[in-house]
Amino acid sequence: MSVDMNQFHDVFFEESQEHLDEMEKLLLTLNVSEPDAEELNSIFRAAHSIKGGSGIFGFDALTRVTHVMESLLDLARNHKMVLTHSIVDQFLSTVDTLKTILANYKAQVDQDDSLIANTTQSLQHLLADQQELNQKKADEQGFGFFDQPQTSLKQDDSFGFFDEVAPQQHDDGFGFFEPLTGQEHPTELSQPNAEPETKPVKSELKTPNVSTASDASKNAVSAEASSIRVDTNKVDLLVNMVGELVITQSMLSLIGQQITGPMSEKLQTALGELVRNTREIQDAVMSIRMLPISFVFNRFPRLVRDLSTKLGKQIQLEIEGGNTEIDKSLIEKLADPLTHLVRNSIDHGIESPEKRLAAGKPEKGTVILRAQHRGGNIQISIIDDGAGLCRERILAKAAENSIAVPDNSTDKEVWQLIFAPGFSTAEQVTDVSGRGVGMDVVKRNITSLGGHIEIESTAGEGATFHIFLPLTLAILDGMGVSVADSLFVIPLVNIVESIQPEPSQVKTIKGEYLLRVREEYWPLLCLYKEMQLTPRYTQPEHGIVVLIESNSTRFGLFVDALEGQQQAVIKSLEKHYKRVPGVAGASIMGDGGVALILDVESLSKQVKHTLMKDMS
Amino acid sequence: MNKSKTESEKAVDAESQPQEFLSFVLGNEHYALDIMSVKEIRGYEPVTKIAKAPAFIKGVLNLRGDVVPIIDLRIKFDIGEPVYNEFTIVIMLNVLNRIVGIVVDAVSDVVTLQGDEILPPPEFGVAFDSNYLKGLATIDEKMLILVDIEALIGSEELGLITNTDAIAQG
Repeated sequence: MSVDMNQFHDVFFEESQEHLDEMEKLLLTLNVSEPDAEELNSIFRAAHSIKGGSGIFGFDALTRVTHVMESLLDLARNHKMVLTHSIVDQFLSTVDTLKTILANYKAQVDQDDSLIANTTQSLQHLLADQQELNQKKADEQGFGFFDQPQTSLKQDDSFGFFDEVAPQQHDDGFGFFEPLTGQEHPTELSQPNAEPETKPVKSELKTPNVSTASDASKNAVSAEASSIRVDTNKVDLLVNMVGELVITQSMLSLIGQQITGPMSEKLQTALGELVRNTREIQDAVMSIRMLPISFVFNRFPRLVRDLSTKLGKQIQLEIEGGNTEIDKSLIEKLADPLTHLVRNSIDHGIESPEKRLAAGKPEKGTVILRAQHRGGNIQISIIDDGAGLCRERILAKAAENSIAVPDNSTDKEVWQLIFAPGFSTAEQVTDVSGRGVGMDVVKRNITSLGGHIEIESTAGEGATFHIFLPLTLAILDGMGVSVADSLFVIPLVNIVESIQPEPSQVKTIKGEYLLRVREEYWPLLCLYKEMQLTPRYTQPEHGIVVLIESNSTRFGLFVDALEGQQQAVIKSLEKHYKRVPGVAGASIMGDGGVALILDVESLSKQVKHTLMKDMS
Repeated sequence: MNKSKTESEKAVDAESQPQEFLSFVLGNEHYALDIMSVKEIRGYEPVTKIAKAPAFIKGVLNLRGDVVPIIDLRIKFDIGEPVYNEFTIVIMLNVLNRIVGIVVDAVSDVVTLQGDEILPPPEFGVAFDSNYLKGLATIDEKMLILVDIEALIGSEELGLITNTDAIAQG
């Protein structure tokens, strides 16, 4: 029995969380001066559903708070309360409280009673104020006589402005039977309402103080997406199994090539089918894990709103490409670094309104969050039109922290300095940012996701942070290369092209090879040296050079031969062994052997090293 | 790691409980390890070499979708000749939440030992550091060296597990 209850609890927690998120989202987009009746109804319904559910499970704290909130929302949707920014703020903070309460119930820890009491109290104040106001209005407008004959009002739907003083009601229309005490007892819990949802109220009866009762009667059918909840572990299992299937399929293809005779043609056709089907299954399964990036982006309107109020700045947040899909596991890990960057943009980037006006910029700063597909990557940009990074300040700070900076370093190199641990150039440490913990963590988080981060900045015009991330962490499109009989995979995204160099293209400087390709000299790295193997060829002109572009540099990688493009299912080396320098992971090939996936970034560090040595 | 060590110590202490060991041959010496840590036994197959790894780490192998490291104890402890032929055996171990393969010359038997049959390990005279030994036993007048395989695999000396991992596992 108790197990069964727990199961329901989980569903309730999940649903309530969604309701709260929905409420927050709607509250943020709500047009305060002309609230959309449908939106208000949705917020009300969300609050009501939480109240109903929490009542069933005996989560009293939730019931208490949602109850008062619901009463207020009911006023608002019936046009008996004029919404203001401060009221919306109050609602938002209530949503926060509800989230805390929900989390506490979920974690089965004690509730913070003072928090609940405070929230309830301030909501009650609001409610009392509104009642007073409405009462006054009603009196002024001469509707006082309604006070008496409540029963003469038509059943249902027809509540006047009296039922708001009877917030215990669950079903509209019973309000008139409550004593009109003008007082309310929030702690007095009425039987929780087990009904799934109250019907949206249709206020045909025009309320006297608002002339347009308008579209509350609009049918409140919110299009429900047909979806099911699945445990992420199940999805992960499926992804793993499809990975194995892909390996088995390529093994079969390999065997199929060796078969000759009359059956071979039929076999080839069937194998061709199999290849196509596994591809499609793979894509379909991967897409299960994909979620629109708006899941992360949606938290930012709130953050920006809160921060800009706190810092006294005017900021407009624009979100672009919220529908861009990205792997779920990436989404979860993106939230923190993105939050940090957005905070930074607001705190350090955007100037105060006075400064902005003085600089001839619009008073209102703009922060743009943009997501887009770019090649095999997702690019997320955080763009602000603030002051930009200050080169002098960063350099001064670097000197202060005794970080060595080469002379004449480019802007790009200077910007990367802010990712050093303990680095903060904020003139003043605020509780928003500036303590210098963070940017290094941001960079580490992004790198651990297989991505990288770039900065563009123009003094006085703003700064842009670009985050590049792989679409998924599980499968990689790569090019197979070999040295002797060892196979390696190079991520396709890093490859510019592959060439068989002419002897005339190969130059040497102090024993290091350089390759001349179309007016450019590419430093060459010999994979056999890096991997300590005995190669077939030691002269670049005999083998193949793969031109590679990493975040920081470009170089050529000299290998024996190309083995063809492949989809590599990434396997961790660290699971059973440990991290290997120059290697990002392993992949199992069609013949069952293991190929190492090269880590282009760490290889490129080798290049830098040799090049710098040459120049000195 | 500590936990597993105390567990293995407990196993030795529990005199009444008979324990099963898998005995194997390195050079001319006979060794044995706790059979519960053995995942499977298979013939030696070519492995994928790993750069900048010590010589005793032969490389990695695909074990039904898992990429597992293969180490040759003969090279590490300089016992016998590291030859690889159709008789060379790899014991796949499941220790410390990892799969690791060890190359040995041969696998001989499964032996059951009572707690009182196990003698304390010698301080020297064996290729292995005494930290990795559980004790000695005599079977058919042959000396059997009982290896504490978890301590060995988790040891810094082998360097299979980085320190942070070991703490996380502990």
